[in-house]
Amino acid sequence: MRERLTLKVNGEEVQVLAPVHKTLLEVLREELGLTGTKHGCELGECGTCTVLLDGEPVLSCLLLPVECQGREILTVEGMAVAGRLHPLQETFAELGAAQCGYCTPGILLAAKALLETNPRPSREEIRAALAGNLCRCTGYTKILDAVELAAARQER
Amino acid sequence: MGPVETPPRRAEELAVIGKPFPKVDAWAKVIGETRYADDLVLPRMAHARLLRAQHPHARIKAIDTSRAKALPGVLAVITGADFPPVKFGILPVSQDEEALSTEKVRYVGDAVAAVAAVDEETAERATELIEVEYEPLPPIMSIEEALAEGTVRIQEYGDGPNIHKLVSLEFGEVEEGFREADLIREDLFYFEGSNHLPMEQHAAVARWDPDGKLTLWSSTQTPHYVHRTLAKVLELPMSHVRVIATPVGGGFGGKSDPFSHELVVARLAQLTGRPVKCTLTREEVFYAHRGRHPVLMWVKTGVKRDGTIQAMHFRSILDGGAYGSYGVASTFYTGALQTVTYKVPRYKFEGCRVFTNKPPCGPKRGHGTPQPRYALEVHLDKIAEALGLDPAEMRRRQAVEPFSKTANHLTITTCGLEECIDQVVEASGWRAKHRQLPPGRGVGFAASSYITGAGLAIYWNEMPHTGVMVKIDRGGGVAAFCGSIDIGQGSDSVLACVVAEVLGILPEDIRVVTADTDLTPVDLGSYSSRVTLMMGNAAKEACEKLRGLLLDAAAKKLEVSPADLVARGRRVSVRDDPGRGMSFAEAAQLAEAAYGTLAAAGSYRPPKRGGKFKGAGVGPTPAYSYTACVAEVAVDPETGEVRPLEVWIAHDGGRAINPLLVEGQVEGSVYMGLGEALMEEQVFRKGLHKIPSMLEYKSPTTLETPEIRTILVETIDPEGPFGAKEAGQGPLLPLIPAIANAVYDAVGVRVDEVPITPEKILKGLDLKAKGQAPRVGPERFPLVGYPEPIRVESAFGQPADLGRP
Repeated sequence: MRERLTLKVNGEEVQVLAPVHKTLLEVLREELGLTGTKHGCELGECGTCTVLLDGEPVLSCLLLPVECQGREILTVEGMAVAGRLHPLQETFAELGAAQCGYCTPGILLAAKALLETNPRPSREEIRAALAGNLCRCTGYTKILDAVELAAARQER
Repeated sequence: MGPVETPPRRAEELAVIGKPFPKVDAWAKVIGETRYADDLVLPRMAHARLLRAQHPHARIKAIDTSRAKALPGVLAVITGADFPPVKFGILPVSQDEEALSTEKVRYVGDAVAAVAAVDEETAERATELIEVEYEPLPPIMSIEEALAEGTVRIQEYGDGPNIHKLVSLEFGEVEEGFREADLIREDLFYFEGSNHLPMEQHAAVARWDPDGKLTLWSSTQTPHYVHRTLAKVLELPMSHVRVIATPVGGGFGGKSDPFSHELVVARLAQLTGRPVKCTLTREEVFYAHRGRHPVLMWVKTGVKRDGTIQAMHFRSILDGGAYGSYGVASTFYTGALQTVTYKVPRYKFEGCRVFTNKPPCGPKRGHGTPQPRYALEVHLDKIAEALGLDPAEMRRRQAVEPFSKTANHLTITTCGLEECIDQVVEASGWRAKHRQLPPGRGVGFAASSYITGAGLAIYWNEMPHTGVMVKIDRGGGVAAFCGSIDIGQGSDSVLACVVAEVLGILPEDIRVVTADTDLTPVDLGSYSSRVTLMMGNAAKEACEKLRGLLLDAAAKKLEVSPADLVARGRRVSVRDDPGRGMSFAEAAQLAEAAYGTLAAAGSYRPPKRGGKFKGAGVGPTPAYSYTACVAEVAVDPETGEVRPLEVWIAHDGGRAINPLLVEGQVEGSVYMGLGEALMEEQVFRKGLHKIPSMLEYKSPTTLETPEIRTILVETIDPEGPFGAKEAGQGPLLPLIPAIANAVYDAVGVRVDEVPITPEKILKGLDLKAKGQAPRVGPERFPLVGYPEPIRVESAFGQPADLGRP
């Protein structure tokens, strides 16, 4: 059974006709073509599918879109505003924080949520905020560095 | 070809190499624009699912697909009978796999049938309607069972009923060395298997065109080998098969074999006339596996009082799982590189790989060498303690000589091991910490070496291992084409950096086109740490040809000799008078006018330097990387929990083409090594994978990963492009033994079995409290019918022969 849904994704209101049991992850990727949101397990274990819901990191593989109606959904495609990259996107690229890049969208969004509530986090606070996002390439080192650098640049 | 040219020593002579340029694909990755295999959507695309066996070992008696075929939305249902009766496998000597099993299933997860349907859910439902009648066979689930079982066989080939491969080699007289030793030590170790756990699950999309041409997009590290396999199994001309490797979302060796789902989508696309996609679930990734082999090891070393090694004898038994995969190479690798780190004048190796009813093991970062490296480095730590020597200093004195040969006829070129050891000893404060930290805190040391690309291709041939084509546009744009595949390690960026350096432009000026078997020259793949050196050398050769044309044309115009010109900073100008010159684009136009379309190719094939004995094919490489590591840990004596506090690691990867990327490889290797040392294990219970999910398969998060202090030691190797060696795998090797040695330093318990879990530490502490030997690990090494060794004279200490054929 398909249901008509009205979602607000990256600031735009979109109407989708999707099967009711499809997860937000599936609707974003398969109905809206927003394949920037990735999946690593589809069981809520790896953090790869993280998006922001009203600014809060959520696992899109565990959410039903019907619960998200009337709320702001932000995916990696919505991080750059009018072609201007978010400082985190810049520092992740500059410092080599994205190796294979598969976990990157989820980590960028989790880090964005952190910087919005805590603009100058300590390294330990960054570690805690990103503890739900697995990365198998980087050893997290350059990711932590990139979040620190973005925070420093935002403050300036 | 004469002796290789000596690369420039000073970094300031280089404009791009050695600078931390962002990766060329970084921008696409941070905006979510990179298209991985599962992101591809084609019009009318169907979705495939595989039906996988639920028995570890069973004969297939009958398969009834009628109910599945009748389900609305199902487009095709296939079994092994729908393929030509052709077996495949990554190594020519182990052609034992089928796209879908026809007679037997050999592990839980072996694929037996597949469905294409209008959507994934329908395909999944249809697989549940397929009825397979099995006759269960006794499963063989361990090394001991495989060695003992003489009647029930998993495979019908090999060196024994369930023995895939037996190897025995002796270089020099080890018994003579043992007789001369002051101390002889024997130890047993076990290294549990682990999965690569790439964040991206494998995925493939196939399209079959009416003109009989097949295109496969796949998340693979080896598009060339997938290309060959598709052509073989589907009985198509290679020229009608195109394989495009999509950006790989993490490989680590796990996407280096041709897989069932790749062949299945291709066959389903042929049968349905529609594009077909298959994306594995996370659970299926654990079944596809090809991960670290579980290995049981025995090592005996004889040393002089000062730690000088007289002889070493090493035995390994690998639990290979149900198929061959890379296993023969893995078996040789458990024995090949022991001699490359320290001076070992006499060496004997006996190896054995058994078949078991588990997912096949294969290459994971370090391929077959992390297990023996763990054993050897803990073994040497025990020897240093017995001799009352500092373990770091003892190893430093044993470091191999640069430009020499090992006992087993491997040629060492540059070796920065001593400097690596000095650097980590200094940075970590080793001397003030070892055996001197308070109880519960400890430091451990280990060192290692690794190949920079295998000296031989997987299938025998005389052709190059890689090729690069470069084309210069009259606007000054440059495109570089290579079959290499970027798996996150940054090979696309290395290609751009080398091209930019030689042509005197910037990486951002270059369009790289990679991993498309129709468009790009063959590169064998992203495995064995081969890409930077091999592709880099090929790119350099192609660009040097083009630079020659540009400089010739510019020289005529400027009325100087081409030798007076340099290409740098997007200009071609007179070396001592930079004002006199022209833009790169202008030089390109002059050259095109003079010589026609500007395109050139370069290729690379490694030097043939191995020994002349059977088995000499595994181990040779153009150059070895070297690593030394100190790890500091805290061990909680109440819970047995190990907390890594800090890791210092120095890596000699030759010249760092891009230090940002090299550091990233070292940090990632440290991380992956920590996971294997402390928690990661692929284990089975009653034939079933115990933990096929990311929640239960533990891997380190940000909270378990300590600060990593990376030091790059840049020896300039004559074999590598601009002196580069490898960085992607070697730095993992010393981590695991460094952690084991640090745990011993912290609580006095030897855990001779990886992973070092809290249970094992508590068991060791309990033994210690009872006054027994505080060691946890394997107690016996089973009897293996190793053959009489092939005896070869030791080449230890001979000078390196750098001549090229």
